[in-house]
Amino acid sequence: MLAALKKKETYSRYFASLKFSLRCITHPLDGFWDLTHERRGSIAAANTILCLTLLVRILKLQFTSKLFLAVYWEGINIFLYLASVLFPFALWCVGNWALTTLFDGKGTLRQVYMASCYALTPYPLLQTPAIIFSNMMTVEEGAFLGVLETMSMLWAGALFIAAMMEIHEYKISKTILFTIATLFAMLVMVFILLLFFSMISQGVSYFISLFREIMFRM
Amino acid sequence: MKKARKILSLLAAGLLLATVPSLTSCAEEGYTYNYDWWEDVQYSPDAYSVAGVFTAVDLGLDTKLMSPEGLFVHGSLIYLCDTGNNRILELERTQRDKLTLNRIIDSFRGGHGSNTFSAPTDIFVSDDGFMYICDKNNERILKLDEKLNYVMEFTKPDDATFDQSMRFYPNKITVDSAGRVYCIAVNVNKGLIKYEADGTYSGFVGATKVTFDWTDYVWKKLATQAQRAQMESFVPTEYDNLYMDPEGFIYVCTSNVSEADLNSGDAAPIRRLNLMGNDILIQNGNFPVMGDLYFAAGGGYKGSSLFTDITVMENDIYVALDKVRGRLFSYDSQGRLLYTFGGMGNIDGYFRRPAALEHIGRDLLVLDSLDCSLTLFVPTTFGELIYEAMDQFQAGKYDESGETWQEVLSYNGNYDLAYIGIGRSLLRQERYEEAMEYFDLKWDRDNYSRAFKQYRKQWVEEHIFLLIIAFFLVLCVPLAIGKVKKIRFEIDTADIFRYPDRLPEKHRK
Repeated sequence: MLAALKKKETYSRYFASLKFSLRCITHPLDGFWDLTHERRGSIAAANTILCLTLLVRILKLQFTSKLFLAVYWEGINIFLYLASVLFPFALWCVGNWALTTLFDGKGTLRQVYMASCYALTPYPLLQTPAIIFSNMMTVEEGAFLGVLETMSMLWAGALFIAAMMEIHEYKISKTILFTIATLFAMLVMVFILLLFFSMISQGVSYFISLFREIMFRM
Repeated sequence: MKKARKILSLLAAGLLLATVPSLTSCAEEGYTYNYDWWEDVQYSPDAYSVAGVFTAVDLGLDTKLMSPEGLFVHGSLIYLCDTGNNRILELERTQRDKLTLNRIIDSFRGGHGSNTFSAPTDIFVSDDGFMYICDKNNERILKLDEKLNYVMEFTKPDDATFDQSMRFYPNKITVDSAGRVYCIAVNVNKGLIKYEADGTYSGFVGATKVTFDWTDYVWKKLATQAQRAQMESFVPTEYDNLYMDPEGFIYVCTSNVSEADLNSGDAAPIRRLNLMGNDILIQNGNFPVMGDLYFAAGGGYKGSSLFTDITVMENDIYVALDKVRGRLFSYDSQGRLLYTFGGMGNIDGYFRRPAALEHIGRDLLVLDSLDCSLTLFVPTTFGELIYEAMDQFQAGKYDESGETWQEVLSYNGNYDLAYIGIGRSLLRQERYEEAMEYFDLKWDRDNYSRAFKQYRKQWVEEHIFLLIIAFFLVLCVPLAIGKVKKIRFEIDTADIFRYPDRLPEKHRK
């Protein structure tokens, strides 16, 4: 086992699949097709990209120049902050998969997750230099930074659509329709989750008060 | 032994001294405060302390003051409009904390009609000695000379722009150096009424702009008659008080502001009017000039700060009086809050119904119309240091200003303006890196940017060779590596080495 970990060949596929993300973001249509159909991607690489995205998001809070980002540290919970990315991301994957399986989508949940992660690549890729450049800029030059950041978002957004199109083998019109539908599905899931949690907390509080009442009377 | 006793007694004295100020200083923590960049309240040492509270008894008057409303300072003379008793008191500040009664002005000679006052609400004394008095219920503004002889009067404007069906109740006045009179009258919402020096009415100045956008229009169209009556009416607001600064600009304050406007920063409860009547108040602070930033109901008060009077000191530092919570808010020329203090209550330094505010130099006078008292505030060391630092910066003594701000910091480490002041002084001394540190601490982004720009320039100039080398490396090293790799690849794949038998005869082994 350990010997296997030391060998270079164990990692070669991982690194190749990680490197493939660069091809994905520059040639989205071919890239995302090959990602699943040619088995060029891997879940390990997808996880890495997601982790990098989260990491860059946190680094951004700490290291972006104060000129461009004001962070009220007293009001930040790092786990909540991470969840603000992870939770919608998870909802997206589940929602998208749940909808597309009903409408001839060829992608599995695993593939939706992998492709979505690969589509996030521009975020760490462009935000990292943005963080560095922010420390070399004055307020007036901030527009460049804005462009860089907007670009990373738009690029990632476009990649999401391309990724879904390729893995589900949809046409562009159908993809856009289902992207919008997925957003609605996410809302519905949030609503159901809220309902679920409020019911649970009601139920739990009922038993807690029952228990307290008994304790008081004993 | 003797030495030890000496030390002990010194210690005891020190302890005693340390406890004394806490007994004499204003009662509760949080009397004076400021807001930081995040708009969190930062309590601060007192910027002002009470030098005296003067009532009718202290001034040697037989009749108690009755709802006094107006206050004016001219040199060391203080004029107090004892509105309810139809008289004006002329007081003189003889010592730092002592006011004495000079004379009681309750009638004048000459003129036509009554030669007494009826509810005088404000007075202005010009440099050439004339007194202008708002004789409110007699519907006139009187101009008297020093000896209380009638000179002239300003009455209800006989003009179409002034609603003739309305009574004319002049409430507050100010007079410019040319003798033009600006007056705020009750229920007049078109701005300040302006008279020429000869008494002719010359129009309104500084009416507030009426904002009205298309959504309001649509709502009005859709609403029923009853609903429309309930809606906010779009009329200009009425001013509460005014003060003419030494440059001839008029500061006005109004309490007719909505909370929505305050929160969005459109309300402008304090304005500085130029001759055209436009608001030219500078608001470069982190938050608008609006008094308290938070006004949730609580402690018996509700609603935003409502300013009832304003006064302007040197260097365009102005102080406004909030009648809701009895607080004084002081702003500098850039609209940054310097400090705020005060409150409602019966203790010295607190008010019950603050009505008017004036200043003598940098000492402040607040008239309370319910408590019928005049409170005199003098700056504490902390307050004086703030003023000193600002004066020094204004005078171009940047080094000294920085040092004074440093002293301010030793009194209050949470005082943002001190950090920014030090930073600005360092910036002027071209010590950019240190300046950046101070601006960075207190989020002064513009100044930080300014310092950083210079710092970056310096850094680049100093490290130009390093930069060129780095640039060269970044460009050339990958190129060289590529070249080397290519050569090696060609060597490895060259036919010569693969097929040694094809080599020319003489190279064969």
